[in-house]
This record gives sequence, C-alpha cells and structure tokens, in this order.
Amino acid sequence: MSEVVVPAGQPLLEVTAVNQGMFGASGSGDTSGFGGLVTVVPVPVASARPFGSYFDVIADELQAALPDFDSTWDKAIEKVVVDRDELTLHVRPSELVAVAKTLRDEPGLRFELCLGVSGVHYPGHDGREMHAVYQFRSITHNRLVRVEVSVPDSNPHVPSIMSIYPTNDWHERETYDFFGIIFDGHPHLIRIMMPDDWQGHPQRKDYPLGGVPVEYKGATIPPPDTRRSYS
Amino acid sequence: MSDTYAPTYETTEGRVHTVMGQDWDSVLGAAQGQAERVVVNMGPQHPSTHGVLRLILELEGETVTEARCGIGYLHTGIEKNLEYRTWTQGVTFVTRMDYLSPFFNETAYCLGVEKLLGITDQIPERAQIIRVMMMELNRVSSHLVALATGGMELGALTAMIFGFRERESVLDLFELVTGLRMNSAYIRPGGVAQDLPAGAEKQIRDTIMALPRRMKDTADMLVDNSIWMARTSGIGKLDLAGCMALGVTGPVLRATGLPQDLRKSAPYSGYENYEFDVMTQTTADSYGRFLIRLTEMGQSLNIVEQCLDRLQPGPVMVEDKKIAWPAQLSIGSDGQGNSLDHIRHIMGESMEALIHHFKLVTEGFQVPAGQVYSAVESPRGELGVHIVSDGSTRPYRVHYRDPSFTNLQAVAAMCEGGQIADVIAAVASIDPVMGGVDR
Repeated sequence: MSEVVVPAGQPLLEVTAVNQGMFGASGSGDTSGFGGLVTVVPVPVASARPFGSYFDVIADELQAALPDFDSTWDKAIEKVVVDRDELTLHVRPSELVAVAKTLRDEPGLRFELCLGVSGVHYPGHDGREMHAVYQFRSITHNRLVRVEVSVPDSNPHVPSIMSIYPTNDWHERETYDFFGIIFDGHPHLIRIMMPDDWQGHPQRKDYPLGGVPVEYKGATIPPPDTRRSYS
Repeated sequence: MSDTYAPTYETTEGRVHTVMGQDWDSVLGAAQGQAERVVVNMGPQHPSTHGVLRLILELEGETVTEARCGIGYLHTGIEKNLEYRTWTQGVTFVTRMDYLSPFFNETAYCLGVEKLLGITDQIPERAQIIRVMMMELNRVSSHLVALATGGMELGALTAMIFGFRERESVLDLFELVTGLRMNSAYIRPGGVAQDLPAGAEKQIRDTIMALPRRMKDTADMLVDNSIWMARTSGIGKLDLAGCMALGVTGPVLRATGLPQDLRKSAPYSGYENYEFDVMTQTTADSYGRFLIRLTEMGQSLNIVEQCLDRLQPGPVMVEDKKIAWPAQLSIGSDGQGNSLDHIRHIMGESMEALIHHFKLVTEGFQVPAGQVYSAVESPRGELGVHIVSDGSTRPYRVHYRDPSFTNLQAVAAMCEGGQIADVIAAVASIDPVMGGVDR
C-alpha cells in the first residue's frame, strides 16, 4: 500500500482494502480494459466536536463518568466517528468492560439494552483485522450508540461483556463461531450455529468457499469469490 | 423396550432411551434405580418445540432443574450469501430469515441500505404507506401463527385451526400484492417492487373488515377459558429486570408493563403519522403475552385501515434512475412476468434503456462505504440490521440481530424450577422462529 489513490473530496485516514480491476477474478482474459482500475476502501474519518444531535451529551457524560469506572476518555476512546447520523465510539479492547459498565450504570447514559455484537473482518486492515461491533440502546433517554473494538487477527482477544450484559452470551458465541474472535471471560465460549467439530470460522473473508460439481465432463462451478464478477 | 425404531443403548454418559410417546412409564421404569439424574433431549424434531429447536432439560421427577437450548439446526449462512449478491438481490435472501415475518426482514434491510445511500427522505410517500401496510398485515399473520401453534402445543387444537384459517386470508392478500404468499422480496432498496394491482385496495379493506369478527372467535374461546388460563397464567415469568439483562424485547418485554415499541420511540417509514396504542400487560407471564398479541392484532388492523385511507396515486420507487429497479412486472394471460410495455421499450425503442436495465440488473448500484444500524419493531421484538459497505455493488457484511435469537436465551430463566409441561407454554409464549434464530 505504498501509493494510495484518494477519491476526490474524500479525506482519507485509513485504508481497509485496495481493489484492483473491475472484475474479481484474474487470469480469465479480461478484455474490458478496466483491469487497471484501482479503488481504495477508506474508513470514515474521525469526527471533531461538536458531534451534533445528542452525541455530545453522550460524549460529555462518558468523559465525566469514566474515571469512576477506572478508566479515562483518553485511555479508552481511540476515535469518535459520526457518520450518517450515527455515533460510533472506537474503544480500545482493554477498556471495553469499563466503557460498557459506564454506559449501563451512569444515570446520564443508562444504556439498558445491549443489542449484541457483530463481527466484521477486514483482511486488509493491518494489525486490526477483526472488528467487534456493539450496539447499545437506551430506553430511558431513547438514544443509540455503537461501540467498535478492533483487534489483530494474530491475537483476536476481546474481553467479554457478558458479566455486564448477560444478553451477550449467545451473541459472543455466535461471533466466536463465525469470526474466531475470542471473548476472554465468557464462561462457555463454544460454537453455537456450526456443528461442534467444525473447522474454521465461516464468515471470515479468507474462509475457503466451496464450488459446485456438475455432472458434465468433470466440470465444476467455481466458488463465488473466484467467479468473474463486478466489484 | 425392544423397539427397532426406538432402541435403548449405552453411552459413556449413561444409558440413552429414545422416547416415542405413550411409553413414558416403561422408560421411567427402566431408568429407575440406576439413574441419578434424567436428562431429556426434547427436539429438534418435536412438534411442540416450535420448529427445529432442541431443548435439553434436566429433570427431577417432573420438575425441570436445568434447561438449555441447542440451536443451529436451521443455519443456512444467509449473512454470508449476501456478500456475493448485489444489494437488491439481498432482499431475496433476508426475507427467508424469519419466515413468519418476511416484510420486517426486508424493510429493516432496505432502511439500512437507504440510509447508507442517503436517500431515506426520497422514498415516495406511497411506497412508505405500502410498506407500513404490508408490515402490519404481516404482524397480524405472524401473531395468528403464534396463537395457533401456541394453542396447538397446549392441546387447544381449535385455536390452531382458527389461527391458520384467519392467517390464510392475510396470505391471500400477500399473494395478490406480491405474487407470493411468503418470502416475497417485495420491499426493495428505494421503494417496493411494484405498485398495488387493481382491486387490491378493495380486497384488503374487505379482509380487514371481516378479520376482527373471525378473530373474536379465538378470543372468545381462550381469553376467559379456565383451562387456557391455568396452563398459561403465572407460567414462564420474566420480569422487567430479567428482560433488560437478557435483551428481551417485543411482547415478552411489553408483558412486564414497559411500553417499549420502536414504532413509537424511533419511528421509521412514517409511523409517527399513524394513531395506535402500544399494548402492555403487567403479569409478565405467558397469559399476558397472549393477551398482548391478541390486542396488537386489533391495533395493526387499525393501522392498515389508516394506510388505505392515506393512499394516494404516485410512484412507488425513488426517482433516482441509478438506483431504482428498472424492470416492472405485470400479470398476463399466462401468469406473472415482465411487463410487455417495458420489454417493448428496452428491446424496440431505446438502446440506452436497454444498457441501463442491463447494468442495473447485472452489476447493481454502488453504495458508499460506511456502516449503519437500522431497526424495526417486528412481531417478536427489535429486529436490527448492522450493514457494512465497502463502496462496492455488494454488501461487505450484513448482520441480523434477530429478536427470536436473543429472546430464546430467556428459556432457562423462564423454565427452571417449573414443571416440564410448562416448558412448552413458556417457549410458545416467546414465539421463537427458528429461521430467524439460526439464519
């Protein structure tokens, strides 16, 4: 990634992937002339205050309350992104439990409901390939916030917040099952969807996909990620 | 005990008996004296486990001391499949998740895609009203199945017959409007697949006029029925604190008295323009959840009537030709197919229209990079979708937070310490749909 192409008008901080060509496959005789196209996939830029809407209130309350829970804003928050009217707090893995506890217990925040965790795999995001994304809803204040935690693929450990939000029991098991993110402190982190003896984590981008054998002179339909397709 | 189809065999965990029904006495007799504890695997193939749900119950006599769920039997990798289809094709997949509430799956997904595209406020009024109307009809049909299967599981077979009979009339409306009874892929990014066919409004109005009278039969039969109340009152209790901790939403949460409903607290698709009440109960038990579903159907029919009153002629897809699905369907003498007018236009009149059609249908449209979370109030609770785009023509990651999945975690809290027969009543009151749980 020595040379990155920045789309016009798009401030670029981090690149999660660089795609080349118009079609996904290579070596299939692309005569379209689009083979040289390069597109980068940027991560939305960090936002600065004021964040707008109720987001400033959340940030202020969190900043004020975090020291009561053995953390600080600077220690816990990597960056804040406001995109499409949604607030995303990028939290360092070590401080996730403190942030979750603050979100739940602080009267001015009161996010009673955790809406589970979803994994996202960015193979091109060096050193932070695995993302765990949490949504929290406050019924008291009618607010929504997203917390994102990124860990390297080589050491995919995220602390479990099941002790704070028991609802995350199955959600963390699902994310472990599909992405291989290990939630430290989860009492029973086993597969939930796939069979117990399954190998690999199917929602990862590098998970090998199967082709379909067809009964015509030994031909097979190639796996979807190697087919010629628009991307 | 020497049944060829239900053998008894030894494992490292102990002796395993296969129970076939009507043979409980002989199994218990065989287990006596050597078993310190009895672990019963109920399901995954069992009519009262509500689909392919496996319940693992540890019993002491007829008392459940531990209850756990085994899920995943219906996992089909829908979320992964989406990553290799265009944004529009995704609708066809998500509609199959929670198969009793397809329009909610579709709407939640489309609201997310539209938010990513930044066209939320460009969706035509008529499309929004049709979406609300289809969702509320869907809520009625879904709750009817909840009552029907819930009744059947407790032995009230008439409730099953009534529920499915009424649901059929709603499915007829779905078939009339979308061409399919379920899994219709009708709601699309940008609007809906096509406008209401001629005569649909009248038929919807006729059906929602007839439904309350027929649903009253079910209500009359169950609401004050002493057997029904004995089986459901005080069963499967889960209070507000339990619901919050376990992330439980929907009728189960509203049965604790909290009027939490996303249609009110975070309106989408224009729900703020409709008059309806959020139904609550304070009993926090199976009976309360039953009453909530019963009364919510009345509110839904009320909303459908308001939709019909508000419908004005107009487009049902965004104006932006870079996003709007170009093809139109129509019903010919040989059934539903592509509109002949559209075929004539692209094949005979306009080369540009043909290119445009081809590009949109094969390549699809690009969605700017970013992530959103969109949520709708499905019949079972908060149905949330986390969508990530990397700027291409296909989703980078789609994750469904299905309410059935989350609510099912409450089985242990609801059932432990109760009778084995009450497990059925408790699970039925959660109304899990395994297609949504396993995805």
